[in-house]
Amino acid sequence: MTAAQDLSVFVRRPAAGVEAMDLVVDGVSCGACIVTIERGLGRQEGVRGARVNLASKRVTVEWDEGALEPPTILEKLEALGYPAHPFAAEAADNAESEAEKRLLRCLGVAAFGAMNVMLLSVSLWAGADADPNPATRDLFHWLSALVALPCAAYAGMPFFESAAKSLRARALNMDAPISLAVILALAMSVAQTLAHERQAYFDSAITLLMFLLAGRYLDQRMRRRTRDFAVNLTAIRADRALKLDGDGEARETPVSAIRPGDLVLVRVGERVAVDGMVEDGRSEIDQSLVTGETAPIEVAPGASVYAGTLNLSGALRVRVRKAAGGALIDEVNGLLAKAVEQRSSYVALADRAARLYVPVVHLAALATFVAWLALGASWQQAIVVAITVLIITCPCALGLAVPAVQVVAAGALFRHGLILNSGEALERLAKADTVVFDKTGTLTQPKPVLANAADIAPDDLALAGSLALASKHPLAKAIAEAAGARAPMPAEEFPGQGVVATYRGEALKLGSVAWCETEADAEPVAAAWPDASLIALRRGTRPVVFAVRQALRLDAREAVVDVARGHEVEILSGDREPAVALVARELGVPSYAAGLGPADKIARLRTLAAEGRRVLMVGDGLNDAPALAAAHVSISPVSAAHVAQAHADALFLGEKLRPVVDALRLSAKARRLMLENLWLSAAYNLFAVPLAMAGYVTPLIAAIAMSGSSVVVTLNALRARRAKGEAW
Amino acid sequence: MNVLVYLVPLALALGFLGLAAFLWALKSGQFDDLEGAAWRAISDDDLPEEGKR
Repeated sequence: MTAAQDLSVFVRRPAAGVEAMDLVVDGVSCGACIVTIERGLGRQEGVRGARVNLASKRVTVEWDEGALEPPTILEKLEALGYPAHPFAAEAADNAESEAEKRLLRCLGVAAFGAMNVMLLSVSLWAGADADPNPATRDLFHWLSALVALPCAAYAGMPFFESAAKSLRARALNMDAPISLAVILALAMSVAQTLAHERQAYFDSAITLLMFLLAGRYLDQRMRRRTRDFAVNLTAIRADRALKLDGDGEARETPVSAIRPGDLVLVRVGERVAVDGMVEDGRSEIDQSLVTGETAPIEVAPGASVYAGTLNLSGALRVRVRKAAGGALIDEVNGLLAKAVEQRSSYVALADRAARLYVPVVHLAALATFVAWLALGASWQQAIVVAITVLIITCPCALGLAVPAVQVVAAGALFRHGLILNSGEALERLAKADTVVFDKTGTLTQPKPVLANAADIAPDDLALAGSLALASKHPLAKAIAEAAGARAPMPAEEFPGQGVVATYRGEALKLGSVAWCETEADAEPVAAAWPDASLIALRRGTRPVVFAVRQALRLDAREAVVDVARGHEVEILSGDREPAVALVARELGVPSYAAGLGPADKIARLRTLAAEGRRVLMVGDGLNDAPALAAAHVSISPVSAAHVAQAHADALFLGEKLRPVVDALRLSAKARRLMLENLWLSAAYNLFAVPLAMAGYVTPLIAAIAMSGSSVVVTLNALRARRAKGEAW
Repeated sequence: MNVLVYLVPLALALGFLGLAAFLWALKSGQFDDLEGAAWRAISDDDLPEEGKR
């Protein structure tokens, strides 16, 4: 890559005369990296400072405006041994990190309040409230109110806001009863204090907020971390294109800075970074990432090309389209819109619990009030007991029961190489009973490898390898790699056809089967490897045919067998029948379908859903995107097309398929723990509510019971860290 | 009980001090990179250049 780069879209101006850029740096892992990067960049002329964030693997560099060109920073980092990728933070990312900071601030305030109110409460419980003189007790209550009221007003805002929103939308969530309990507890405590009563619940209200905020903060932090990670991945994938300026000079430009109507150069062996129309040039395009079809198609001026496809044989000049257009994209977008619209609305476990819980608790409080009145208590006393019921049942444990498990399980999945896009995906994943795989790019590796190395004489392979090094064709790379070739042979390349060389007086030709005139010899190879692309070597008159194909992921067989143990497995592919049949046979999957378009895949998923099955769709292509959106739950590999990633519930990293198996196992366990936690909270209520209804609950009992149940539920959630049969 | 007159305000003041310190730390970005901070503590970039090795 020698073309000049244009990075101006990534440059920020934090202050007058200062420019800054955020970069994702691959491979920062320890303190030494921090020192190397910060010092190395600091020595650069004009740089004001560099700051490494080790947790998010990012660097922020600031320099005097105009003192240096942004690409210099990339070069400098590269020279230090840390390849960097610029990125621009989106508004959504900033909002997430603001929300996280706000929760932490609220948590700090709530913790301050809880600490100080407890200080006063403990002395009351220790005997100060038995003091015959109520003045001390009242003073302590007033002091508690002084601390608790402003703290709760500030720290409770996230809950109050969310509750108000849910009330406006007429859908009760867990925050409504939480807010109600907190507000009622505080109001009643103030009334009790005014009446010189012995019991006030300031401590309960504020500790409750603290516990819930801790849970919510952890949840938010996990969400931001996975989001950060996803942003880093996009930056590292670094979609750039060679933009042709008016003067015909090519500049390497980030795709985000490319506008419709721009002209882009796509060289041989590169991925097309944009959707557009070929203006000039002829080539073969490998569309497997987009359609699943492994056989390359030929393009000529006027043909559409899609982002993510691989240019195999000739340089192309592509005119960027306004919105991604073309028959396939239009079909996919249409199906996507429909799929998203029809997506069955899954109700998260916590919301279902809230719907059940809220009316029951509020009816119980009402019944208590009526019963006490009927039994001859004063109405003030009846109200106090009824409110105690509401406070003690406040879903502290219930509010933590599900999110705590989600946080812990998402962390465990992250360590296993799986990033969740949403918390409730975990619950849907646990319920999946059928797994549908796409073939190309999902079961197979995106990179082609030589398939029939065993049938080829070593010296033929070595010769082909060094010849292949002279070519830019991506399939030639696979041969060179299989041969372990190091020294390229001086050769002449005929773009789109192959390379020619003379080696020790022998004429050598490596290229397409037709060009080497080896059709007859190619037939048996094509029959044995129906999904392979063929390349021929002609030594004088003797032909050798190489089959290059996308091999299965290393652990595909093992992983699919594991999945098949508890789930139905099916393969739906856009590729040709023989190619899919071969893979299905290799993996031992009896049910497969080939030659499917995006609409066919959705139709198949609908049939499965109609049979009452919950389908996990695993796919990567543009053609899979509608199916990913329509399935009960979906996973994409990290190498997938952008649209596919955007509609998947989770992404898995790396070359292996293992994370999919882990995801199914861990999510099943997480769901079990969630249910356990919900039952634990229910059991707690079963024990505490009768006490409260009978009027036996004092502030001390309330504080112990509520904190105790929260701790139990949280400890139980921690068990989600460990998958079955694994050490802590 | 007269001891309360200065003990309670003292307890509250200390609590406020802690809260203020926490909010300041949060605002100045000290919770942004929890992993890096652990490493920065042991890097010896405060030594003079010649003093090393």
